[in-house]
Amino acid sequence: MLLAGKLALFSLGMFAFGYIVMPPLYNVICDLTGLNGRTNSAAVSMPTGEGVTDRLVTVEFVSVVNSSAAWTFKPAQLTMEVVPGKTYKAFYTAVNLTGRPAVGQAVPSVAPSSAAKYFNKIECFCFTKQEFEVAASKEMPLIFFVEPDLPRSIDTITLSYTYFDTGEAPVELEPAVDLTDS
Amino acid sequence: MSTAAAGHHDHDDHGPAKGWTRWLYTTNHKDIGTLYLLFSLVMFFIGGGMALIIRAELFQPGLQLVDPLFFNSMTTMHALVMIFGVVMPAFVGLANWMIPMMIGGPDMALPRLNNWSFWIMPFAFLLLLSTLFMEGGGPAGGWTLYAPLSLQGGDSFAFVIFSIHFMGISSVMGSINIVATIFNMRAPGMTLMQMPLFVWTWLITAYLLIAVIPVLAGAVTMLLTDRFFGTSFFNAAGGGDPVMYQHIFWFFGHPEVYILILPAFGIISSIIPTFARKPLFGYASMVYATGSIAFLSFIVWAHHMFTVGMPLAGEMFFMFATMMISVPTGVKVFNWIATMWRGSMTFETPMLFAIGFLVMFTIGGLSGLMLAITPADIQYHDTYFVVAHFHYVLVPGAIYSIMAATYYWLPKWTGNMYDEKWGKIHFWVSTVFLNVLFFPMHFVGLAGMPRRIPDYSLQFADWNAVASIGAFGFGFSQLIFVYVIFKCIKGGEKATSEVWEGADGLEWTVPSPAPYHTFEKPPAQFS
Amino acid sequence: MSLISRVSVAAMLLVSMAACTGNNMPVGVTPISKEVYGLHMMIFWICCVIGAAVFAVMFYSMFKHRKSKGAVAADFHESTLVEIIWTAAPLVILVAMAIPAAKTLIAMEDTSDADVTIKVTGYQWKWQYEYLDSGISFFSTLDAEHNAARQVGAGIDLTKFGDNYLKEVDNPLVVPIGKKIRFLHTSADVIHSWWVPDLAVKKDAIPGFINENWAFIETEGTYRGKCTELCGRDHGFMPVVVEAVSEEKYNEWVAENTPAAIVAESDAATAGTVEASADDDREWSMDELMAKGETVYNQACAACHQANGQGLPGAFPAIAGSAIATGDVDAHINIVYAGKPGSAMAAFAGQLDNAEMASVLTYQRNAFGNTVGDTIQPSAIKALR
Repeated sequence: MLLAGKLALFSLGMFAFGYIVMPPLYNVICDLTGLNGRTNSAAVSMPTGEGVTDRLVTVEFVSVVNSSAAWTFKPAQLTMEVVPGKTYKAFYTAVNLTGRPAVGQAVPSVAPSSAAKYFNKIECFCFTKQEFEVAASKEMPLIFFVEPDLPRSIDTITLSYTYFDTGEAPVELEPAVDLTDS
Repeated sequence: MSTAAAGHHDHDDHGPAKGWTRWLYTTNHKDIGTLYLLFSLVMFFIGGGMALIIRAELFQPGLQLVDPLFFNSMTTMHALVMIFGVVMPAFVGLANWMIPMMIGGPDMALPRLNNWSFWIMPFAFLLLLSTLFMEGGGPAGGWTLYAPLSLQGGDSFAFVIFSIHFMGISSVMGSINIVATIFNMRAPGMTLMQMPLFVWTWLITAYLLIAVIPVLAGAVTMLLTDRFFGTSFFNAAGGGDPVMYQHIFWFFGHPEVYILILPAFGIISSIIPTFARKPLFGYASMVYATGSIAFLSFIVWAHHMFTVGMPLAGEMFFMFATMMISVPTGVKVFNWIATMWRGSMTFETPMLFAIGFLVMFTIGGLSGLMLAITPADIQYHDTYFVVAHFHYVLVPGAIYSIMAATYYWLPKWTGNMYDEKWGKIHFWVSTVFLNVLFFPMHFVGLAGMPRRIPDYSLQFADWNAVASIGAFGFGFSQLIFVYVIFKCIKGGEKATSEVWEGADGLEWTVPSPAPYHTFEKPPAQFS
Repeated sequence: MSLISRVSVAAMLLVSMAACTGNNMPVGVTPISKEVYGLHMMIFWICCVIGAAVFAVMFYSMFKHRKSKGAVAADFHESTLVEIIWTAAPLVILVAMAIPAAKTLIAMEDTSDADVTIKVTGYQWKWQYEYLDSGISFFSTLDAEHNAARQVGAGIDLTKFGDNYLKEVDNPLVVPIGKKIRFLHTSADVIHSWWVPDLAVKKDAIPGFINENWAFIETEGTYRGKCTELCGRDHGFMPVVVEAVSEEKYNEWVAENTPAAIVAESDAATAGTVEASADDDREWSMDELMAKGETVYNQACAACHQANGQGLPGAFPAIAGSAIATGDVDAHINIVYAGKPGSAMAAFAGQLDNAEMASVLTYQRNAFGNTVGDTIQPSAIKALR
């Protein structure tokens, strides 16, 4: 049955659409529209030209520690007044309290989500995972700029990082005590 | 087995095989239709039993009976069983029985596939229900299986995913079969626009199923690999997004809502003209309206997600698109009323259920329109108002249409008239209890009771007690349904071929009960 | 059909009864909630009118066009004009509904120019509130008495709690009236949803992502809500209580509750950290630890591991007789302190203070038939931080 075969192929195609096409498609749509408030996940280059000096935008820094992780994770500054188009450097501090060598990953998110595509990071600790010795503390930098064409209706951008314990053991460090499977 | 071995090139006038293997090996569309319908009836009582556990716990504030985790797995399983185990198989069963007879074809186009797609179902549901007895219990994250909550479950989660895969394979195979049947098995000369509306709505439903069930399969496969194989589709730590699951799920989920109601539209469009003794008003516009609803169902999914945080433009788009659905749906309701207008109506049980459908589905549709208004939806979302809404469209909608269809075609299936008195009692008792059950949910929802909670504040106590009484009344009144069906199977007044005075359609031209094989010679009136 | 008319009279009585006893959406105390209420009532009445018109025609037809009354069926079955009319008329009504709805929606989404920003983090099963401006940070959990009353088969008389049963917390959110309050929503585990009907604020809290919302409260009062996104076993037991007070009272409250550390060195936030206390350095007795431990256990652990320590097989392991709770002290401390990645076991380092964690650990080692006999002192936990 030709028709039945075509329909079966169509259903396989829809499975592929759901499983293979949709996730990357979703990410592309998010990148284009800032749908989920996520910022760029790889470095962008420095802005060119002068900043817009007639307005200041407040950038708020917040942190969340995911329940899976025993870390302290805090921004070193609570807010910054920034000029759109100029680059700024900010820090977050993470301390590994898990009692074992651990790997952490910070996940950025911006509110309002419509500001996400105007918030660009030139360098960010969130681009990679971080490996920590027991009780190690790290000050982690972030260099960013806000694009000058940020809509004027947005006066505050909240940058949030959620810190996750990846559950992996660091590659370079020997695990001291492994308690995860007890 | 003679039926299977003979194949469909052999058209000897043989009846059904003897013994239980008849049901195991059967490729006869009527046998398979019966199997689907009986399976659905059994699952109706299993899913209903779960609903009664939920309502028993909610009868009073405080936790009296079950652990909250078990309560959550009851709400989850109730939905999965009712959607995938009751409404969908019942519609497939009706399609199996009626579509070949309605289009004058000898059987389904792919009889062996038909057997296979039915027999997957019992195993899929054994797999699903067995999780309740496993360590860690059944799925308890809601039927939508939202990540990351659903990923916190025990290892029984894998069984849930596989059972959904099996149900999906069964549905897709059944749908392919229905499409192939409609395109290839019509009586010579019957054009598409001469098909009964039940066939039309099923054709569109089958396309919806083939398009979206694989998407659900994709979504739950991602859950499976996230849970057991270390992918992170929905885990923010690995670059995923839990909201993406919701987008993919509702891309399936909203068309699924119409999968559960379009065949019902077809059934009602068959029954109302019969008992109004007047042809269906606006046949062509009914077909177009069904097509528009199916199309719109693909572009409204995010109205289930107005609280997840979406750009303003997105919220606007999904609000307007959702409101648009009420236009073709309204056209259908108006057409049914125009069919009744200046008819010559009688009110046998199928007509009563069809009118019950019309009234209460309209109530559910109007509350759906309220839910489309995004700012108001933010207050309604995930409260009992939503529970009331979708139960009004699914119980007096989908379930009533299935009951109407059962009463309507039962004489054709069994050759005996059902007991009209008990049929009417069944309708009235069910309708009264159903409204006692679901109407108060509007009030508690608006007043602030979230859904999926096992215990609630005292101001909701009165209406919850009322709803629970309605639930037990409605649940037990379904025993009347079983009684009427089995009484009718065993005997009763003999039915004529036409059965109903105003009935029109090929299925009424064959004797009652319909012989094991019908239309081996195609009907001539279309050529 | 007297039966039908009787049913409809009964239905109308039911509806008016419902309206009288206040089973409707609350009007609320913010400009947005009032607009939303207005929208809700407008659509409600439009739907009632449409419903009444449709049902009137239908029931008229059912009375008049009955075979038993000698009605003879007409034969009309098509009219393009009629189809066009009843496609177009609803469109007009929809546009009339959509315009005010869109206006309200635009206003709801405008979070700019906020006076106070509060971060609301969902946990299984409690809320954490952090005031970004003052550094105040605390958890808000279901009140202990309510928590005891809601256990399966507790048999406690609930009427003493009145309408607020399950809507009382230990630490309510305190906010000022007459200010634009911006809420940031996120989660530390699964998806939650923070809802206060009186503020018309409902937003999902999604792990790894941040959402925002706002409210401008006009009247002082206590406003209660719930989590509305299924978030696991105790989804029904993580209420939201918002106390809206005058600006002066709010400023007093902020002054009293701002952590000392913040006042001293304003460059560090306390997000996720727990204050140290003098109690941490003294030696606690076994009885003291066990008594406090039981309370903490019921608040923080019993939801999963059960009040009797038996857990739920397959889902949540038992504490009673467990290898961890009866084994090596350090391993036990570590799993409570640091959690178990990849499982539902959270890291409690940020959720319990030193004394709470020490006492709950001691309790777990010496209750439910566990008889390790050792005590864990708050100072030992303090040393980890």
